[in-house]
Amino acid sequence: MVKEVFITETNCITPIGFDVATNIQNIESGISGIQLHQNAMLNKPFYASTINNEELNLAFAKISPSENFTRLEKMMILALQPIVENSKLDLNNKVGFLLSTTKGNITALANPSEESFQSAHLHQLAKNIANFFEFKTEPIVVSNACVSGILAVSVAKRLIQSEMFDSIFVVAGDEVSEFVLSGFNSFQAMSDLPCKPYSKNRTGVSLGEATAAVLVSSSKENAKIKIIGDGAINDANHISGPSRTGEGLFRSIESALAEAKINANQIDYISAHGTATPFNDEMEAIAFNRLELENVPVNSLKGYYGHTLGASGLLETVIGIQSVLESKLFVSLGFDEIGVSQPINIIKENQDKNSNYFLKTASGFGGCNTAVLFEKVK
Amino acid sequence: MLENKTYIETFCTIQNNEITLNGETIFKSDSDLFADFSKKAYQNFDINYPKFFKMDNLSKLAFLAAELLLKNEIDESKENDIALVFANKSSSLDTDVKYQNSISDKENYFPSPAVFVYTLPNICIGEISIKHQLKSENSFFIFDAFNSEFMTNYAEVLLHTKKAEKVLCGWVEYYNEEYKAFLYLVANEGKTEHNKQIIENLYNK
Repeated sequence: MVKEVFITETNCITPIGFDVATNIQNIESGISGIQLHQNAMLNKPFYASTINNEELNLAFAKISPSENFTRLEKMMILALQPIVENSKLDLNNKVGFLLSTTKGNITALANPSEESFQSAHLHQLAKNIANFFEFKTEPIVVSNACVSGILAVSVAKRLIQSEMFDSIFVVAGDEVSEFVLSGFNSFQAMSDLPCKPYSKNRTGVSLGEATAAVLVSSSKENAKIKIIGDGAINDANHISGPSRTGEGLFRSIESALAEAKINANQIDYISAHGTATPFNDEMEAIAFNRLELENVPVNSLKGYYGHTLGASGLLETVIGIQSVLESKLFVSLGFDEIGVSQPINIIKENQDKNSNYFLKTASGFGGCNTAVLFEKVK
Repeated sequence: MLENKTYIETFCTIQNNEITLNGETIFKSDSDLFADFSKKAYQNFDINYPKFFKMDNLSKLAFLAAELLLKNEIDESKENDIALVFANKSSSLDTDVKYQNSISDKENYFPSPAVFVYTLPNICIGEISIKHQLKSENSFFIFDAFNSEFMTNYAEVLLHTKKAEKVLCGWVEYYNEEYKAFLYLVANEGKTEHNKQIIENLYNK
C-alpha cells in the first residue's frame, strides 16, 4: 500500500503580503505587486514585482537579530518560520528539508571575492537555512528551471512514499536580479506592460520575487489538502522553447491522472503556468485541449506576482490550496481578450465555487513540465 | 512498498581525461583542457550530432556519459521510458560565471541568450532528452557531495510507482576544468544489485 501524502501547513512572503491571509485579501481586491522600475539592474525601465527591503528587514528583525543572512535567505526563513513553529515537530532524522530555487544567491557573483563565490552555491544557501532551523537531515535542493517549485511538491511526496522521510519542510524562492533580468531581456521575453497571461496582446513575462513554504506529511492531522498524483515529463523537443504540441505537459497531466485514478473531466480548477510569453500560453492551451480540459476554470497568478521562477510553482500551489479551502476562484489578472488558438476557460471574475480536484501545472527551459493533482480533504 | 529489488545495468565514469564503462577504460587522452578532451571523445565514438558543439561544458559532460550508456539501450522504433535523475554540487556555476562576466562591465555589456539558457543545470537533461527522444520523468538536484542515499531512494520510488521503466541517474559536476560524471542505469532486472553501498563504491572507483 502506497502511503497517503498531505500538505498540512502553508505560507508565503510576497510583494503583496507576508502571510497567506494578506495575499488572499489583496488577490481578491485585484492588487498586483507588479510596478514599473528604473534602476541599475537593467539598462531600460522594466515591470517587475519586488519586495520592499525595509519591510523585509523589519519583519526579519522580529524573528532574529542576525545580520548574516542575504535578502533571499531572510525571505526563505520568514516563509518557513511560522510553519516550523506551528508543526511542533521533533526535527529528527525522519524530517526532511527540501529547497527549490533556480538561481539562489546568484547576486553574490557580482562580488568577485572567493567567499562571495561560495555563497552562490545552492547547497550553501540550503545549509544556511537548515542551520537556522536546526534541521538534522542533509538538505535536498531541486533546481529544475521554472518547474522547480511545483516539482518540489512532487519530489517531497515521492520521498515520503519511499519511506525516506515522514514529513518534509519545503521552501521555494527566487529574487529579481540583474542576472535574470538581463537574460530574459536578451531573449526578448520581457513584457513592456504588466504581463497579460493568455491575452491577445501579451508580449512576455514580468519578473517577480517571492518565497513560499509548505509542510508535506504522511500524517492526515491538520491536512489542508491531499496530493493524489503527479508527473514531471520532458518535451524532448527544444532547450529554450516549449513543444508546439504541449507533449511533455500533456503527458505530465496524464501521468498524474493515472496515479490519482480520476478522469480529466473531474478536475474542478487549474492553476496554470501562464507566463504570458506567446509560445508558453499557446502550448498550454493546446495541451489542455488535448485532455479535453478546455471548460475547466483556469487562471495564471503571474498577473499578481510576475514570474517568480523557482518560487512560482509552490507559491501558486499555496494560493490554489487556499482557493479550494475557501471555495473561491480568483480572476486571472491581466487577461482581456483571448489570445490563444484553442479555447480555454479563463477566470474573468472572482467567484464562489466548490472544488474537489485541483490541478497545478508548470513548464520551463530545458523542456521540463510538472503537473500535480490535489484532492480536497473531507 | 519497497520489497522489490532493483539492479544496476550499466555504469559510466568520466574524470581526469578518462572514460570507463562498467569499470573498464574505453577512452583516454592527454588533453590539457576539457574542451579538447570532450571533442576527442566525441570523435573517438563517432557521435554524429553537431548540436554537441553548441553545448556548455556541463551539458557536454552529461551528454557524453549518457551517450555511452544509452546508445545500445535505446530502441528507436518504440518509446523508451527511461527517467533522468541527475545531481551535482556546482549547479550551472561554470556558465553562470561566464554569463556574469558578460554583464558586469557596463562598457562591455553583451548578454547572450545562447549563454543565458545554459545558466540552468537541468538544460543538460533537456539535451539528452532531445537526443534520445526521452519523453520521460526528469529532475536535477544539488548536494554538497554525491548523496547515494537520496539517489537510491528516488530511483527506486520512480520504478516502484511505475513512473519509469528504467532510471538513468548519477552525478554530473563541472566547474572550471574540475569535472566528474558518474552515471548508471537502474532497472527492475539485472545482475548487480542497486543499493546505497554499491553505488557509493562504484562512485569512488
